[in-house]
Amino acid sequence: MKDLVVLRVITKLFFPLILLFALYVQFHGDFGPGGGFQAGVILATGFILYAMVLDLEHAQRIVSPATLRNLMALGVLIYAGVGFESMFMGGKFLEYRVLADNPLLGQHLGIMLIEFGVFLTVASVLITIYYGFVARHRENHTDQEHHE
Amino acid sequence: MRMRNLLAVAMMTSIYSLLSASLFVVLDAVDVALTEAAVGAGFSTIMMLATIALTAEQEKVPRHRALLPLIVVVTTGAALIYGTLDMPHYGDPEAPIHKHVAAAYIHDTPTEIGVPNVVTSVLASYRGYDTLGEVTVIFTAGVGVLVLLVGRRRNPEERRRVP
Repeated sequence: MKDLVVLRVITKLFFPLILLFALYVQFHGDFGPGGGFQAGVILATGFILYAMVLDLEHAQRIVSPATLRNLMALGVLIYAGVGFESMFMGGKFLEYRVLADNPLLGQHLGIMLIEFGVFLTVASVLITIYYGFVARHRENHTDQEHHE
Repeated sequence: MRMRNLLAVAMMTSIYSLLSASLFVVLDAVDVALTEAAVGAGFSTIMMLATIALTAEQEKVPRHRALLPLIVVVTTGAALIYGTLDMPHYGDPEAPIHKHVAAAYIHDTPTEIGVPNVVTSVLASYRGYDTLGEVTVIFTAGVGVLVLLVGRRRNPEERRRVP
């Protein structure tokens, strides 16, 4: 799809806006609709649009499959880590109010951290799934060329 | 209406998702609407298109009649509609769902959590275990796709021997 000028220009125009909107949904999730899950999906669809219209290699230069694999584990690790941290600080698992001196501040901090973990995992898993499908598609095509 | 072109079916599913997202907005469930629009209309459609690209664009013509599935679908649908007859009216404050923990969550969120969006406080704090489970499920899905589609890389020599 690289030679379709209109599609390419619109994609380049919208890609940063989609990323910005994902960050807005992420950090405004405490006040309005949204949160880590939605923000992760929006970020992933932005990257997928970029990879679809421009080039997979371009997208993979921004985030490589290996980085994504690490990030998706890191997200779960952050989430569970917050749970254990609140245990070490004298509370129960995922009891955020012990994370800071002020219980409300602790709740805020805990929610922000676990939402960030959700965001990382969701975004990187979705992009990884897309990369996987495209990689398999290409593999099949090179296979067919071998057979011919 | 009968459609065998799977590309068209994927687009119809996407439109259906977008419509139900706007239905959720009408019902004041903006968080769910945002998820439905992003996942249902956006990502699932892309994944269906990617799967179609890997497999075939046309559905095969089935050999058997669709009579039994039709009966099952009609019976289940009738049972579900019958079940909605007893349901409390939309927005009824006396409905059982509003009598359980929901009232406590709405009442205690400003003092206990201090987050204006009650949905976030329920998902991230009151129901933090569930959300951790969900994230683990998503992580597992990612690992599954990695193992199935990416990890299996046989060399071309070996591939030619396997028919």
